[in-house]
Amino acid sequence: MIEVQNITKRYGRTTAVDDVSFRVERGEILGFLGPNGAGKTTTMRILTGYMPPTEGRATVAGYDVFTHPIEAKQRTGYLPETPPLYPDMTVREYLDFVARIKGVPSRERRDRVTSAMQRTHVADMASRHCSKLSKGYRQRVGLAQAIIHNPEVLILDEPTAGLDPKQIIETRELIRGLAGDHTIVLSTHILPEVAQTCQRVVIINRGRVVAIDTPEGLTSRLQGAATLYVQVDAPGVDATETLQGLPGVSRVALSDQRAGVRGYEVESARETDIRREIARAVVSRGWGLLELRPMRMSLEEIFLQVTTEETPEEAVSEQRP
Amino acid sequence: MNSVRNVLAIADKELRSYFASPIAYIIIGLFALLFGWFFYVYLMSFVQRSTGMAGMGGGATNINQDMIRYVLMNSAVIILFVMPMITMRTYAEEKRSGTIELLLTSPLTDVQIILGKFFGAMGLYAAMLLVTLLYMGILFIYGNPEWRPIASGYLGLLLMGGCFISLGLLISSLTKNQIVAGVITFAVFLMLWVINWIGDQSGPTTRVIVNYLSIVDHFDDFARGIIDTKHLVYYLSFITFGLFLTAKSVDSERWRG
Repeated sequence: MIEVQNITKRYGRTTAVDDVSFRVERGEILGFLGPNGAGKTTTMRILTGYMPPTEGRATVAGYDVFTHPIEAKQRTGYLPETPPLYPDMTVREYLDFVARIKGVPSRERRDRVTSAMQRTHVADMASRHCSKLSKGYRQRVGLAQAIIHNPEVLILDEPTAGLDPKQIIETRELIRGLAGDHTIVLSTHILPEVAQTCQRVVIINRGRVVAIDTPEGLTSRLQGAATLYVQVDAPGVDATETLQGLPGVSRVALSDQRAGVRGYEVESARETDIRREIARAVVSRGWGLLELRPMRMSLEEIFLQVTTEETPEEAVSEQRP
Repeated sequence: MNSVRNVLAIADKELRSYFASPIAYIIIGLFALLFGWFFYVYLMSFVQRSTGMAGMGGGATNINQDMIRYVLMNSAVIILFVMPMITMRTYAEEKRSGTIELLLTSPLTDVQIILGKFFGAMGLYAAMLLVTLLYMGILFIYGNPEWRPIASGYLGLLLMGGCFISLGLLISSLTKNQIVAGVITFAVFLMLWVINWIGDQSGPTTRVIVNYLSIVDHFDDFARGIIDTKHLVYYLSFITFGLFLTAKSVDSERWRG
């Protein structure tokens, strides 16, 4: 349904998105997880045809967003980071206008506006001016705007940002309810959100895709293994076999080498600490143990960032019944 | 068919947003007031002159050439002052508030959006002019002016305003700040108006070029009741060029991000 191929976006010298590729199948909810400034918004803006990529291609519902923008845009609903509301219009007027420019036929417009308002629970604010709406309502009117023309693809940039916990739960439910009919890409910097709403996750950091997996797969990948970095001074000898032979070691890879000094990445089950065994094995063979430290995968680093960022919000939602 | 529908949707939205805020009423009111002032002043002087001449045995003065023409030419100057207020927010405000993201991700072409905004502003401008027709009505009640020069004068005003609007759109598309857009638009308009003052002081070739550039100068013949293709072509190509540059500006913004 959505295909992103090697997209790169550069602004002058800075690279916002660097060689990003992923696919989203029909009816799937894909989460875009990454810390602030990771390139999520830029990628979404490229997908929606708001800006062209410097390099690469993106297709939405079979249409290249750059060569067939009108066809692609007709099939896309987009909720930007800040809901694009016109302050001097009422909610109904606004949705009617959006329906018009999205090409909804005039006889269907009334029904579409009404049903979009009902699905997003904003019907009670129909004749309120957009400037007078609370943050939660603005976000939901933004969502109503995105689904008004019943698009095949929904692109939602931080759909739960700024909502209170009750609204967050409602919005997530709403998004889950939209899946199936719609293919959804949503971005977030909150980890639990991905686990609760998405079937697949793209983790992005500093413009690069770090991992693509299911939420469960990611968790097990992170919790399953620990990696140690071992640097050994043993001229002319490869320590791989020795390390491999230690109990609890699942994988050993040579990572660097220079003038007899070799560095290895040693992977083991997370629960067992094998540092003592490694040290003993190296020293007993008369080699020099120059370095032994746990390695952090970049994925884990991102994960830590996103998990720490969601903490305050989690705390809030736990306090409230 | 679809593209017409899209242009109308944008134009309608623009027009409604003018009238949703006090800006439309202020502009229309202000314009009507100033127009009325010029109308009154020129009418009084016309009445004085014509009665004076009648006393001396002359009497045959033409209200079209000696009064309406001057009122319309002066109103061109008021329009120059008022127009930045209409165009300054068109793009700048959408960019500031982020609604431009909605427009640019909707199945619309840049040209449709630009034309929609252009016709929206033209709509408000037409409403401004429409109010001043009331004053002309007074002349028709108490006298019998010719309607043709008045019609050509208003056509000229519409076209001249179109030039201001297309230029204003362009300037508004270059910035996020509507005040900046307004001030720059005003400065550029003013320059295009006073440019023929330089023309008066300079050599014959420069004068021709400079006078050609002055938007207001081309209006002169329209006010007199002459519809010259030369001026029509000038105005229409000015408008087209302005809108074309706006399209380029919107597109380049997209590339720069």
